[in-house]
Amino acid sequence: MWKYSAPVVIFALLILMFVKGLDPERDVNALPSPFLGKPAPQFELPSLTDPSKTVSNANFGDGMALVNVWATWCVGCRQEHDFLLQLAESGSIQMFGLNWRDNQVEAQRWLQELGDPYVDTAYDEDGRAGINWGVYGAPETFLVGPDGTVLYKHLGPLNRPLWEKHFVPHLESAGKIQ
Amino acid sequence: MRILFSILTLSLIATVSFAVDSEEALDDPVLQARYEKIIDEVRCLKCQNTTIKDSNAFLAGDLRREIRHMLEDGLTDEQIFDFLVERYGDFALYNPRASGKTLILWIAPALFLLGGAYVLVNIVRRRMTLPIDDDSAAED
Repeated sequence: MWKYSAPVVIFALLILMFVKGLDPERDVNALPSPFLGKPAPQFELPSLTDPSKTVSNANFGDGMALVNVWATWCVGCRQEHDFLLQLAESGSIQMFGLNWRDNQVEAQRWLQELGDPYVDTAYDEDGRAGINWGVYGAPETFLVGPDGTVLYKHLGPLNRPLWEKHFVPHLESAGKIQ
Repeated sequence: MRILFSILTLSLIATVSFAVDSEEALDDPVLQARYEKIIDEVRCLKCQNTTIKDSNAFLAGDLRREIRHMLEDGLTDEQIFDFLVERYGDFALYNPRASGKTLILWIAPALFLLGGAYVLVNIVRRRMTLPIDDDSAAED
């Protein structure tokens, strides 16, 4: 009995592995964030637009917050910027920027020329906050819940379909969007 | 001429192997040795098939800098690996810990070996029950 069923079972397992591994939507470089379901890392950095102010976790308040890691050298950030502006305009979520390993003047100019979707942007010049958040490639976008836990992390440029697929369910379950 | 050529070749090798980490060595040679060992075991998350020792991605540079600071602050190797795993997950280490989700990585070779041994033993046993000599079997 086992002699005949074993090859079938092994074959079925292989098929499952291939279906998972060859999924065209799978990003082979994407790593699951170890912060999912855990408190968002603490940070306190000068604001990019007004260095006399600081931006920290306290700015998130008691609502949902989106933390978007970006830089002017990052091509994907330019790609997603228009969508971020739309998202900010829709008012469905407060968005914070983490300007990572960037030139301050160029980053300020980026926001002036392209528009600023962020409530505020933290300026992480030496990349330390980025490391604390487990950032390894901009753009990255974290969804932080009202209680300060990380609900979702997206790697790569955001757009509307991705937003609706991965972020909106979290917002809906928290009752922030009808 | 030949000696000159050898020296030139050797000097090229030297530049290649020291090109990535341009920082000065740590003052304490023991720390420096630990530092070199650690950065050889940490994956560069940006360029996922190189260690941060061999990568010149700026993230690798940042991680090297953090590791130097932690070593100077007196953290143990374990604490430094913990720091990285907390932020980047088990994938950050080339030598993942034998715990939780990564346990299968460590026990899989033993499982395959046991499975192979089981199959082998079965085949040998079955053959043992067969007549030793085909000719004698034919005569019977």
